Amino acid sequence: MSEQDQQKKRGWAAKAEAAKNAKATAEAEAATEVLDDDVVDEEYVPSEADGGMFGNLPAKKAKEFWPSAKRLMGLLKPESLGVYIVIGLVVVSVVLNVIAPKILGSAMDVIFGGVMGKQLPPGVSQEQFVELMRQQGQENFADMVSKMELTNGINFPKLTFLISIVLLMYFVANIFLWAQGWLLNRIVMRVIKQLRNDVQAKLNRLPLNYFDTRQRGDILSRVTNDVDNVQQGLQQAFAQLVSSVLTVVGITVMMFIVSWELALIALIALPLSGVMAGFIGAKSQKLFAAQWKNTGSLNGQIEESFSGHDLVKVFGRDADMLVRFDERNEALYKASFGAQFVSGVIFPAMNFVSYLSYVGIAVVGGLRVASGSMSLGDATAFIQYSREFTQPLGQIAGMANMLQSGVASAERVFEFLDADDEVEETGTRHLPAKTDGHVEFEHVSFSYVEDKPLIEDLSFSAEPGHTVAIVGPTGAGKTTLVNLVMRFYELNAGRITLDGVDIKDLSRSELRSKVGMVLQDAWLFGGTIYDNIKYGNLDATEEQIMEAAKATYVDRFVRALPDGYQTIIDEEGNNVSAGEKQLITIARAFVSDPSLLILDEATSSVDTRTELLLQKAMAALRTDRTSFVIAHRLSTIRDADTILVMENGQIVEQGNHSQLLALQGAYYRLYMSQFAGEEETAVDDSTAVHS
Amino acid sequence: MLVTLIRRYSKPYLPQIVAVLIFQLASTIATLYLPSLNAKIIDEGVSRGDTDFIWRTGAMMLAVALGQVLTAIAAVYFGARTAMAIGRDLRRSVYRQVSSFSAQDVNRFGAPTLITRGTNDVQQVQMLVLMGLNFMVSTPIMCVGGIIMALREDLSLSWLVWVSVPILVAVVGYLVVRLMPLFRSMQTKIDAINGVLREQIIGIRVVRAFVREPYEAKRFGDANQDLTAVSVKIGNLFVLMFPAIGMILHLSTAAVLWFGGQRVDSGDMQVGSLTAFLQYLLQILMAVMMGTFMAMMIPRASVCADRIGEVLDVEPSIHNPVSPVVPAEKKGRVEFRDVTFKYPGAEAPVLSNISFTAEPGKTLAIIGSTGAGKTTLVSLLPRLYDVASGSVLLDGIPVTELDASEITSRVSAVPQKPYLFSGTIEHNLRFGKPEATDEELWEALETAQARGFVEEKSSGLDRRIAQGGTNVSGGQRQRLSIARALVTKPNVYLFDDSFSALDVATDARLRKALKAKTRDATVIIVAQRVSTIADADEILVLDNGRIVDRGTHDELLETSPTYQEIVESQLSVEEVA
Repeated sequence: MSEQDQQKKRGWAAKAEAAKNAKATAEAEAATEVLDDDVVDEEYVPSEADGGMFGNLPAKKAKEFWPSAKRLMGLLKPESLGVYIVIGLVVVSVVLNVIAPKILGSAMDVIFGGVMGKQLPPGVSQEQFVELMRQQGQENFADMVSKMELTNGINFPKLTFLISIVLLMYFVANIFLWAQGWLLNRIVMRVIKQLRNDVQAKLNRLPLNYFDTRQRGDILSRVTNDVDNVQQGLQQAFAQLVSSVLTVVGITVMMFIVSWELALIALIALPLSGVMAGFIGAKSQKLFAAQWKNTGSLNGQIEESFSGHDLVKVFGRDADMLVRFDERNEALYKASFGAQFVSGVIFPAMNFVSYLSYVGIAVVGGLRVASGSMSLGDATAFIQYSREFTQPLGQIAGMANMLQSGVASAERVFEFLDADDEVEETGTRHLPAKTDGHVEFEHVSFSYVEDKPLIEDLSFSAEPGHTVAIVGPTGAGKTTLVNLVMRFYELNAGRITLDGVDIKDLSRSELRSKVGMVLQDAWLFGGTIYDNIKYGNLDATEEQIMEAAKATYVDRFVRALPDGYQTIIDEEGNNVSAGEKQLITIARAFVSDPSLLILDEATSSVDTRTELLLQKAMAALRTDRTSFVIAHRLSTIRDADTILVMENGQIVEQGNHSQLLALQGAYYRLYMSQFAGEEETAVDDSTAVHS
Repeated sequence: MLVTLIRRYSKPYLPQIVAVLIFQLASTIATLYLPSLNAKIIDEGVSRGDTDFIWRTGAMMLAVALGQVLTAIAAVYFGARTAMAIGRDLRRSVYRQVSSFSAQDVNRFGAPTLITRGTNDVQQVQMLVLMGLNFMVSTPIMCVGGIIMALREDLSLSWLVWVSVPILVAVVGYLVVRLMPLFRSMQTKIDAINGVLREQIIGIRVVRAFVREPYEAKRFGDANQDLTAVSVKIGNLFVLMFPAIGMILHLSTAAVLWFGGQRVDSGDMQVGSLTAFLQYLLQILMAVMMGTFMAMMIPRASVCADRIGEVLDVEPSIHNPVSPVVPAEKKGRVEFRDVTFKYPGAEAPVLSNISFTAEPGKTLAIIGSTGAGKTTLVSLLPRLYDVASGSVLLDGIPVTELDASEITSRVSAVPQKPYLFSGTIEHNLRFGKPEATDEELWEALETAQARGFVEEKSSGLDRRIAQGGTNVSGGQRQRLSIARALVTKPNVYLFDDSFSALDVATDARLRKALKAKTRDATVIIVAQRVSTIADADEILVLDNGRIVDRGTHDELLETSPTYQEIVESQLSVEEVA
């Protein structure tokens, strides 16, 4: 984030929240009160920088591994030809890679044979020499020599031939390895791109209900982290798992072909290193947990004292905070030293095990070569095999983990993709270019949850050009009512018409393009203030945008920002206050020039004086439009043509301000409780003033 | 910056670093000695059929392997210790530095990025040091050692080392250098695409209300295309890596056999030496490869180091005076003289020509619309910012000439955003005065109208508060933060819109209780609600950073059109009539 953006943050008001009136606050209190007050410190999520190779968190587990894995593989179906080619290439390259050391061993034998052959006394044949040795009692040596192909000097044509073969094999193997990687990368990226597009398309088809009933964080992680995870799983795990498994199998086979005794020695090292890794791994896992805990608590303190920096200054607590920091910092140092040391030991320890098998092979191999039951070339080939053996094994463990987490993620993505779509739209009828904005609710019933009716048999009519204020206690269904006009939800019964047309017969886009909506929660996307206003009407000219900004008092505060209209609203929108954000969202609705305007608590965070000015501007905006206004402030409600008083999903009263006060019913009570603060006696005066 | 930082912070740990080097050297020598023993088995054992020799040398190999593992563990011990200690020291420096910042310095960076720099960035540098000590230093040792050992086996084959190592470094280096920026770019693209999705989900109602689905789909499609393009590019390069490395290793092997074979044939070299040489070469190449991979961490850590350096290099903009003035009287008289303040880079000043005096025992109120500069104004007294021109005086002495502790002990503030620290209620209340007694705490809670909800829970003062105070309601947070200020019993109280989250009745009770407690103190209240300030001794009406009117509530109702507008906008029953 740019430093300039931050300059706007003022003093204590880093995240300034403009004042709200008492009613709004009461609601907020009610909402937060629900939270448990015994919160545990937030779980610290480790980053990759924290851990070593055994420091990773255990992978998420899939609920049903195989069906999900199958479906994940099913994604590759359109590319099945490519996948078969990839597998074919992998098989060939692994086979070549596995056979090559054996041939290299033969090359070694050719060299050894040449050397030994030279040592024969001139004119003595190999058989004669072996006989000679036996007579001298060197049975072993005689055996070895008898098995060898002795030549007088190295057989260079043969050596050249073998080396060329090996090089050719390696060359082909590596070309294939490269080709399969290249191909697989393309396939996976195509599949993932499609998956991402599916997710995006799905996002637009899901009913709002879906988003209301789930945690936002959960949906977010499904469409972002989980898709990334699937990509990783496919790209890395899939390819490497196949080649690693094949390599391990191939090498094992070759080892047994060359010498089953040595193969056993090499395999004995396996459980040994498994036990070792398991032991150290478990221990380091614990130490890493301690490291994370300490990191969490230290980072927590850093976060707190940097976020509450002003408070620390104002209360002069710097020295105290430093002492606490130093304590935690020291604790983290100790914990992370332990974790890093123990996990660091794994590497040498595993090395030691592989040295053990190396020594074992060198000694036993040496003895066997010396006794003639094995050629030197086979022994060197074996050393190479045993070295190449451990690497793919480690990879398989890592890849299995990655694949498991990839499948778990895929499962979550599939769940998202399988959710029910919005009700199909018909779009059989159309509205004229200029609508009057006559809205009619006819016996409308609606509920979010099946057996909890919210709105029942509700009817009313909003005349063209009228302002309809909706008031009522929290949970009365005010926001729901306007959401139904937008067809964000489907009705259970009854119908809503716009200019006489049932909104169900309109396409959603046609309906919504007629309506300008300013929501309770002022949402801006990451981008400049200018672009955010323009979002309301992508075809708006700069002039129109400036006009809207001036009319909605956005211009006034934007001028004081270092970057003016080019100020980037960052993720949390920290550089503008809540009230300012609301103003921008109003400007956004302003440029869209709708026939029907819906303002849902649009100015709750704006200070009252600005709101008053704003209202004059909005009055102009509202003149020839039907507007629905949900508000708490008297000044907003008072001038409405119609006030709908809602309670428990019902309209209990309707009329204008003075009519409703005169009724002394629900509106009167609401009015008293909300606006008549401490001095109840003044009520009569005020009623007199307004009626 | 990375080098400077590491050099500066590793200085105290020089002996440990030397220890790492010595142990790494020892373990490398042991590693290298093994193939040479293996060669002996072939040359002196196998060729002569001397099985005793094979057993003896085998035992020796075992001893060497054991030595290797022990020295390697020792190296890891000192390496981990040093790296973690360097991380600890660096973190402490960043923390101390930020502690000395003024609000302006903090805002220049922004708290979130400072947090990242103090946590994640330090960790990255720490990891680099760790990897460096554990792996990177062994690369040159392995190279030099391997080359020496290889040369001992056969001098004239050494050219193979000189050829193969540079080729490997060139190939791996080329790929890494090409890949690094692509990886970075891929991360940005992933962030971008996830950002688009996040916005679509959070803003789904807005997207649907404005029928922007096609627009968003296009935005997403573009981001997806970008990401795919980069990923394919990375893939294309990345899949070259292992075949290329494999080819280099295999070519080297073949070359050793071929050229070595000729030397063996001519009797200049033994077969065992040939296999040893082969293993040395492979070991050298592996070490080089490892080192090159580790080097991939450097650019990332170096970005982090730069970011840390930026923080450490800042000269804090507000200093304690070198020789602070000790005030003769401590009453709490606050005076602003022709104060003007502008945020650096902003077009317009936030405050212009502000002058007023707030007397002990009196209440001064400041009212005005959002963005009028109210909060900035009260931030100037505790020196969260320093004025551009004019001066702010406490008991006649400019705050710039007072010691920081002098100001903090006499001025208590309740910020607009009532931030609470994680811990207990008690710990938060004692924040300003750790030595306060429980009675004092309860008294403050009583005044702040917070006693009720604190007593309500059995945990009372020990009730847990989450970071930022998110587990209590806005109104409770505000009252606790007022109580926190009350505990310190200062000469000057600053309330920055501190009653906004309270309902009218609580607000009134609180102010009444407060009045009794703050009889001798100077009280400055910033508010938006007229009822909160109606009984103040003087009200300043702020608009666009200027004082447009001043007077009492009644005076202003008569004379100030701006004030009248504010009152009108908040029209409710008790006023006006």
